[in-house]
Formats: sequence, structure tokens, C-alpha cells
Amino acid sequence: MTPNYDLVVQTEQLSKIFRVGFWGKRVTAVESLNLEVRHGEVFGFLGPNGAGKTTTLKMLMGLIHPTSGHAQLFGRELGDPQTKARLGFLPESPYFYDYLSSREFLGFYGHLFGLWGKVLDKRVDELLELVGMTHAKDLQLRKFSKGMLQRVGVAQALINDPELVVLDEPMSGLDPIGRKEVRDLILRLKEAGKTVLFSSHILHDAEVLCDRVAMILKGCLVACGKVTDLLDQGANHQVELMVDHLTPEGLDHLRPLTDKVVIQGDRMLVVLKSQQEVGGALEIIRASKANVVSLNPQKGSLEDLFIREVKEHRNPSEART
Amino acid sequence: MKILSIAVNTFRENLRDKLLYNLLVFALLMIGSSILLMRLTLGEFHRLILDIGLGSINFFGVLIAIFVGIGLVSKEIEKKTIYTIVSKPVARYQFLLGKYLGLTITLFVNTVIMALGLLVVLYAQAVPVEGMLFKALALIFVEFMVVTAVALLFSTFTSATLSAIFTLALYVIGHLTADLRTFGEKMDGLSRGVLDGIYYILPNLERFNLKGHVVHHLEVTGSDLMLIVTYGATYTAVLLFTASLIFHRRDFR
Repeated sequence: MTPNYDLVVQTEQLSKIFRVGFWGKRVTAVESLNLEVRHGEVFGFLGPNGAGKTTTLKMLMGLIHPTSGHAQLFGRELGDPQTKARLGFLPESPYFYDYLSSREFLGFYGHLFGLWGKVLDKRVDELLELVGMTHAKDLQLRKFSKGMLQRVGVAQALINDPELVVLDEPMSGLDPIGRKEVRDLILRLKEAGKTVLFSSHILHDAEVLCDRVAMILKGCLVACGKVTDLLDQGANHQVELMVDHLTPEGLDHLRPLTDKVVIQGDRMLVVLKSQQEVGGALEIIRASKANVVSLNPQKGSLEDLFIREVKEHRNPSEART
Repeated sequence: MKILSIAVNTFRENLRDKLLYNLLVFALLMIGSSILLMRLTLGEFHRLILDIGLGSINFFGVLIAIFVGIGLVSKEIEKKTIYTIVSKPVARYQFLLGKYLGLTITLFVNTVIMALGLLVVLYAQAVPVEGMLFKALALIFVEFMVVTAVALLFSTFTSATLSAIFTLALYVIGHLTADLRTFGEKMDGLSRGVLDGIYYILPNLERFNLKGHVVHHLEVTGSDLMLIVTYGATYTAVLLFTASLIFHRRDFR
């Protein structure tokens, strides 16, 4: 694998097969994964539970040894101590050392990077401020709520001012306020020029935050690219049309162009099959002297794309129809 | 430096572990109870106090070494705290050595506290304290180091419960290896070779036991003492090296 220093993360045919149970049955967690994360982007790694997201991140972090394939961080092979000094990692629902206060906790991680004394104190204070935990700096972690733990967890990942921040399910288990805080933090990291790679099964967050996303299902990559491109690809281009006072004859003419009609008294919601039908539909409406209240082209969401991909994987013929 | 940071953190973790205090209190109670038992005995008071005292220090120290030792690594994996450490520029062997060193410090502090308890009892009962007692205590500590390394080795590849069972078993066997050899001497050929092999592979923990020497006022030469300490240190080093090798290959799922 030739090193590409423009890429922060690069994997080539990365695979992991676990052996489970007494007889060592082979279970493929990740299969021939090719992934590229570029400098300064927020990259979302999406997929349902058990898709292989965490396994992939753990391989990148040196916690799990790949069965085959290659992976590089900053153009260097995995496990290089110099690389590890340039990244920060927050595991999924971590517990941490609950007998420590947040100050002691961050201090300990600082020591692992060779930070001591005043430099460390300053860094710890900055981080506690950044994640809004200054008020709880001397409180033991065992007294923290899940949201607070997540916040010191993020602080822990940033102790070495890393270039790449890897967050495994940073939003899971948080309330809406906690999720918003994590989202804001990710955006702040991006502004500061960091590369952020995070996994999630909450697609809305990814849609808002990510420059690019990769979608993984049963260990295989199914989609990868810019969020806007994926949404365009995935969009069904339906158009929602709200009409007042449409005559029954007008509706009969309109029906062949629609997927769905919902009648609410004088008003009806018509879902046109595609954008090509708009012209024809408007002519029919004008002819029957009805009023157009609104016309909304439907934007696809990552969720639609996601559900379609999942269906296609489960039953290819069903998804196509 | 990283090893030391992890060791200090482990020591801090141990200090906040209730199990440790329970065992320590029991050890001190046992040492103290020798005063009561003494009243039920005819003669040989001094021997009784020394025997029970050293026996308690050894027994409870080993319990701490095993039950805290097996949790050193498995708890970190279970609670996923290890993920944040191994993903930092810390080699796995550094993590392992740091954890080991941390518990060794804890055991050292505990041994000192228990020894002080014994000294108080000896002083109260006006039993003369000889240098041999300190040599015996030093070797008890070396035994703790070996047992901790055994517990750590098992906990790098199996669950906490199994590690505890294996380590306890090895501790008991370690004190009976001389019998294994005697048994082997009665056989011939292959069986003798196998039993001899097992005798040399298993730790000979009875070597660290100087209780008899203290009680019966026997001497141990300096060179013998050095040899025993070297044996303990080498055995520990081999165990830690093996544990590091296993730990290096392990996947943290």
C-alpha cells in the first residue's frame, strides 16, 4: 500500500474475521473495506447496530488486529506510536475510572502524553472549559450523569490537541441538549482545522454535520461520498402539491400522474411521481380552475437512502420494485 | 514515565477498593487474635505469635494479590477503560507493567502495615524480634510478586473467575511441588521425566517460606537469600514477558 500523506485515514481491503464460541466459528465483522478520510473534513461512518462500525474504528485505533488488508493513518501503518500521538479517541459508552475527579482523570491522560506541571494544568482547565465542565472539576466521575461522562470523554480525547478525532457513537444515549452540545463541539473542532471521524446510527446528525459519509452494512461498504451527492442519488424526486377546490373530473385526469392523493375537505395533497409531471399537473389544475396552495419538491434524506440500502441487502428484488 | 503514571493510577484505584480494606482488617484481626490463642496454649507462646502472624500476612497478602490482581486487566477491558489507554501512545506491555507495578506498590504498603501490626503484638508480648523475621517478611513479599504475576498472566487471556481459580490452584500446587518431586523419585523413565519437568516449570513457592526458620531460630545465609530472591525475580520476569506477548496479540472486543 503506497502511503498517501494527503489522507488522514486510508484503508485497503481491510477485513476482520472473529472466531466465536468454543469451536471458533468464523464471523466476518468487516469485509474488504476501502475507506478514505481527508484532511479537515467531518466524516460520518454510518450503519445499523452490528454493521462493523466499531470494529473498523477499533482496528484503526490499534485495539483489534485486522485479519487481512491494510490501513494507514497519516500515511503510516497502524500501531505507529508517532501516529497515536496525533489522534484522539472516544469509545462508545465509556465508563472511565470512576474513582477519579475530572481534573485527576484528565491529568492522568495528560501524563501519558508527557504533559506535567503547569502546562498540564492549563490544558486541563482549557478542556474543562471547552466541554463546559469547569463546575464539576473536583467531582468524582462516579457521580456524573451520562451526558457529563460523554463530555469529559471528549475532553480526554482532545488532551493532546490531536489532528484526527475519532468518536464512536458520540451521540448515543444523550438527551437532545447533550446531542446538540456534541454536534456543536464537532463543528468547533472542524473550525479549528481538525479531522473528525465519527460513527453513528443517528442519521439526522450525520446529515447536518458531515462533509462526507460512508455507509456500512454487514461489514461491507454500500455507499460513500458527499452527503449532497448521496442525497441526490437517493432522492426519488417526488413533488408534493397542495391544491384547493379541485373538481372530481380534474382529479380523475390528475390521478395517472400521482403516487398518492390525500383529500382533506376542499383541500387535497397530491404526490406527483416525478418532477417531469409538474407541468402536466399544473395545466390540469388550471383547466379545472382550482388553486395551487403550495408546491414542494421532495428532498431525499440519508434515512431514505439508508432504509433502501438495508432493504436491498435483505431482499434485492423487493427493493427494486 | 508512562509505566509509572499507570502504576500510580492503579495504586490510587486499589486504595479506593473496599476489598483491600476488608482483607487488611481481617489480617490485622488474625494477627491480634494470636494474643487470645496464646492464653489457650501451654508454653511456646512466642512461636505461636510468630507463626500465626507471619501466616496471616502471607495468606491475606496472597488473597489481595490474587483477587485484586485478576481484576487489574479484566476490569479495564470490561469497563472499556483500556480503549482510551491503548489508543494513546502507550505500548501494551507498558500498560501491563504499569498495572503490575501499581499492585506491587499496594502490596508493599499492605505488607508494611501488616508487619507493623505484628511488631506491635510482639512488642506488647515482649517477644524478642530477630533479624530473621525481616528476611522472612522480605521473602513473603517476593512471593506476592510472583503470585501477582501469575494472576496477571491468567487475566490476560481468560475471565476474572477462571483466573482466580487458576491462580489459587497454582498457589496451592506451588507450595506442594516438593511432594511432586518425591512422587517422581518413586517412578522411573518417562513418568519421572514428566514429573521432574512439571516440578521445574511450576513456581516453587515453598522456597519463599522462612516461617520455620523464624520460629525455630534457624539461620539462612546471605547467598541463599540472594539465590531465592533472584529465583523469584526471574520467575516474575518470565511470567510478565509471557503475559506481554499474549496481551500484545489480543483483540479488545
